[in-house]
Amino acid sequence: MEITPLTITFGIFAIFALGGGLGVVLSRNLLHAALYLILSLFGIAGLFITLEAPFLAIVQVLVYIGAISILITITIMVTRRVMGVTDSVNNQWPVAAIGALFTFGAIVFVLVSNFHGRVAAGDVPADMIERIGLAFASPQGYLLPFEVASLLLLAALIGAIVVARE
Amino acid sequence: MIPLHWYLIVAGALFCLGLYGILARRNAVAILMSIELVLNSVNLNLVAFWRYLAPETVNGQMFAIIVFAVAAAEAAVGLGLIISIYRNRQTVIVEDINLLKW
Repeated sequence: MEITPLTITFGIFAIFALGGGLGVVLSRNLLHAALYLILSLFGIAGLFITLEAPFLAIVQVLVYIGAISILITITIMVTRRVMGVTDSVNNQWPVAAIGALFTFGAIVFVLVSNFHGRVAAGDVPADMIERIGLAFASPQGYLLPFEVASLLLLAALIGAIVVARE
Repeated sequence: MIPLHWYLIVAGALFCLGLYGILARRNAVAILMSIELVLNSVNLNLVAFWRYLAPETVNGQMFAIIVFAVAAAEAAVGLGLIISIYRNRQTVIVEDINLLKW
């Protein structure tokens, strides 16, 4: 495997994603965990760029980093009386760690043995974003999932307001 | 070109970090953040398979966009529930929220 700019970019963003993920699950201060979450989401956005999906990378930055992390940070600040709690993990954490490691081994074994060294089947069409927009608007494509997603977001909006108001 | 299994290993590692966080953390907000990690790893897998197996279709990106929408809805409702529980019980530690535990 030769070192190319693409592999270096992949490595940097993979380190961002995994290091941020480690910070999320290991840091005791919740606010630090939220900042690590932003780092991890940014790494995923960079990996989308290396996968030639720039639209998804922009949506990732807008929706996840722009909206969801801000929501999480505000919730942490609203509930900050428990931020300085000493024990951040419960007493079943060794079992959880072993289970997660075992799952990781199983996933890597199955995926790598099936898809080892696979290279891309072709090139991404240049008008990919246009195709996505057309697919969302065509009844043969994804019009119904689009409408269902709109309804789900509306229901979540109303539900969140009703649940969280005084 | 980067081999497909590199992406799959990164996504699997991220998934298992999120799984550990869901199982081991005590704070409900931390559990929600771990769920976001899991959703992101699944998204990475979907986009990687789309790029390497069927790049001329839109299906993989569509799945990832729907996952974005569901994740946004889940975060909004989940954080609303956490704030509501905090108002009533002054805690977000999941072990102390045992009202329905018999």
